[in-house]
Amino acid sequence: MALSVLMLMRMRNLFAVIVLFGIYSFLMATVLVALDAVDVAMTEAAVGAGVSTVLLLGALHLCKSREAKPAHRPWLPLAVALSTGLVLVYGAMGLPDFADPLSPIHRHVVPRYLQNEVQVPNVVTAVLASFRGYDTLGETTVVFTAGVGIIALLRRRKKPVAVGCAETLFALYVQFHGDFGPGGGFQAGVIVAAAMVFHALIFGADTARRVVPDWLVETMLAAGVLLYAGVGVAGLLLGGNFLDYFVLDVDPVHGQHRGIFWVEVGVATTVSGVMLKIFYMFASRDDANGESEQ
Amino acid sequence: MLEHFSHIVTVFLLVAGLFIIVARGNLIKKLVGLSILQTSVYLLYIAPGKLLGGTAPILAPQFSIYSNPLPHVLILTAIVVGVATLALGLALAVRIREAYGSIEEDEILALDRAEDPA
Amino acid sequence: MSLALHLPALQVVLPLISAPLAVLLRHGGLAFATVTAAAWTAFACAIGLWLQIGQAEGGVISYAIGNWPPPWGIEYRVDRLASFVLLLVSGMAALVLPWSRASIEREIPRDLHYLYYAMFGLCLTGLLGITITGDAFNIFVFLEISSLSSYVLIALGRDRRALTAAYQYLIMGSIGATFIVIGIGFLYLMTGTLNLADMALRIREVENTRPVLVALAFLTVGISLKLALFPLHQWLPSAYTYAPSAVTAFLAATATKVSVYVLIRFYFTVFGESLVFDKLPLPQIMLWLSLIAMFGASAIAIFQDNLKRLFAYSSVGQVGYITLGLSFDSVNGLTASIVHLFNHGIAKGAIFLLIGGLVIGMAKAGAVPPAPTFDRLAGLAKRMPLTSFGIVIGGLSLIGVPGTVGFVSKWYLIVAALEKDQFWLVGAILLSSLLAVAYVWRFVEVAYFRAPPVGQEARCEAPLALLLPAWLLVIATIWFGLDTSLTVGSALDAAQQMVKSGR
Repeated sequence: MALSVLMLMRMRNLFAVIVLFGIYSFLMATVLVALDAVDVAMTEAAVGAGVSTVLLLGALHLCKSREAKPAHRPWLPLAVALSTGLVLVYGAMGLPDFADPLSPIHRHVVPRYLQNEVQVPNVVTAVLASFRGYDTLGETTVVFTAGVGIIALLRRRKKPVAVGCAETLFALYVQFHGDFGPGGGFQAGVIVAAAMVFHALIFGADTARRVVPDWLVETMLAAGVLLYAGVGVAGLLLGGNFLDYFVLDVDPVHGQHRGIFWVEVGVATTVSGVMLKIFYMFASRDDANGESEQ
Repeated sequence: MLEHFSHIVTVFLLVAGLFIIVARGNLIKKLVGLSILQTSVYLLYIAPGKLLGGTAPILAPQFSIYSNPLPHVLILTAIVVGVATLALGLALAVRIREAYGSIEEDEILALDRAEDPA
Repeated sequence: MSLALHLPALQVVLPLISAPLAVLLRHGGLAFATVTAAAWTAFACAIGLWLQIGQAEGGVISYAIGNWPPPWGIEYRVDRLASFVLLLVSGMAALVLPWSRASIEREIPRDLHYLYYAMFGLCLTGLLGITITGDAFNIFVFLEISSLSSYVLIALGRDRRALTAAYQYLIMGSIGATFIVIGIGFLYLMTGTLNLADMALRIREVENTRPVLVALAFLTVGISLKLALFPLHQWLPSAYTYAPSAVTAFLAATATKVSVYVLIRFYFTVFGESLVFDKLPLPQIMLWLSLIAMFGASAIAIFQDNLKRLFAYSSVGQVGYITLGLSFDSVNGLTASIVHLFNHGIAKGAIFLLIGGLVIGMAKAGAVPPAPTFDRLAGLAKRMPLTSFGIVIGGLSLIGVPGTVGFVSKWYLIVAALEKDQFWLVGAILLSSLLAVAYVWRFVEVAYFRAPPVGQEARCEAPLALLLPAWLLVIATIWFGLDTSLTVGSALDAAQQMVKSGR
């Protein structure tokens, strides 16, 4: 992993850099599995190696550039980076030992999560969607913000005429996403988007646009956040606190399950909407550029 | 030293990421550096959550020791935030390339100066 | 359900819901109505919370989201300081949004209007969320909401340099955010909790360990990047110069202020005064950086030709006064910081709104507004008397002339300096005000004592829709300069509460 990062620093061919970055992300995902963080590893593989790589390749395709030789000697940046690292080393030496069961993070707060009040076997899901559900609402909003921001930045005044998308982009996208089992709203959203993109690959992006037109994608992206927040408000209306799932059903545990389910649906909707939208955006950008260059 | 091995990796990634961001002038390369900087945080959070002999925090009757799920949740959020930032940064880079015809920081600065000496 | 009990949640959730609604409506006018309504209700919530705080036990309102008690769930925690900042942020949004309707007509293509409002709503959501939350990681999440949306808002500026400014801000801002996450991570590893109040209790046991000190360092650097503390300010001037006027006004009045708030929150609530100020040479470092900002940035401001850039550099300088107050480590110093945070917010908001109006008034109908450079501003006082006069009043407040809010802040700074027997600092504060006199005078000289260019003598005052909100803020700078019971009263209460919690 360190090797790939080192090579990454030296390389100036951006395509190679991006491929190396993808490899690096996969290695990172492997390390995460070794550390028992399966959900995180899955997301890192899907996002770091998959989505990021596709995005980077797409942007590279639009920018067509090779990195220039750095003009000045990099001593100052090196000094800044190294001194930050030294501070971190200084702090890290005082941290509790690796895998020390008595360290504070294992004794405080967490035991209650492991008691499984919510009765969802995957504790990560329980904490993500219920205990710290509000963070996840924020996270969905961040994705939504990025999606809307990209629409605002990359929107074309005119409609693109013909769509001859970069096929490699599709293929990579599907390859990285087709084979991940659902592990939560986020991954599911990525898969829905991948299915759509696959459809576009076979029948052409025009058809895909007809099946899932732009307005529908924009609606999806907003509807997901609204659904999530709506679950929260439902909790309010039924007499609980915001995002209170206990009151969603007569049986509190059942209410929790119901809340978690709908929240995950919301996340999936927004995420797949944003993914599709970004894909459309980069694809149509490509055509417009091609036309102007001809 | 061994018990701090994961921290050494964290520090290395942080230094490398920061170095790429500050030293390189290519806008896309800088974003790659930013992503590496962000991944360095993953290990910082997750490695201490591991327990020897523990298993992934998916409850089942045959296991009794589980790794700490809370850092996993936090890092899931951090990953998603990271990719959102990356996507936005790339969109900006694409727009900059269209407006300036370049994604090299030095060239862009030169263009700006030529246009507006102030 | 009782609405009053749920104000903390509604405060943030209403603007949050308004953003996707704006996207769904796909129409500029409707989106405007939705987001503005949300901003006004958020302002109402902030007032409601401010009133509740007065009666609440211990001056703290706690709200458990999802009905999970803290530290297991995420807690919303409103104390006096938080409620004061909430008032500022939501109030500014409520004013700037109506103003922006008229201004973005000229600055942003029409089919992007609804997206602009959605982004504005999200930015507001993020800033309010940071302020109200009592959970460390939640701060990061909402910080990213506000940051990502402000990058987009800045990039919507007409000039292509807006894009590079936004990119620069994105890189700097993300480094800052990552540093903050590292800091929070260290704190979490040492205390095992993410809830700020719980963290404050548990940190006592591990007070002098290295990770806690490193966490302090990383948080300070990360937040300083966000609040543009000299020398980490490079992203700010370009971002403020090329962003659409409404965005500049809103961000200048709120974004850096919320970052200051986060810094105060971590210093006083979590680490506690003794740790921050006794164990490390932090007050000295902060004192000197503040002084450099006050003199350096103000001096650079004097030589700017673009009015927006001039006042952007002045903002960097004014942040110096806020952090100077922090470095005193006393109730009066903290009061000065909090008061100045509010006062500078309204004064700068007023100035940037007026500059926005000025730019639009100068442009011919339908044309893209020009940059407000000094050669275009000659004789402005004749052409736009109200706008010019408003900018001068705002400028007087930046200088700190009695009768404006700026004077109040500087008064408390000087009191705090005298308390510590730092007489030379009093001199420094007065001397740095002279620099502000210099840059404000540049505007006065050009606008009042130069003849307008031939053929442009006609009056072209900015439209009323742009003048009215701006003048409301100008009047506020005078009102709160004369009647300080609300601002200083709240700030003093907040400072006392903070210092007490830090001991």
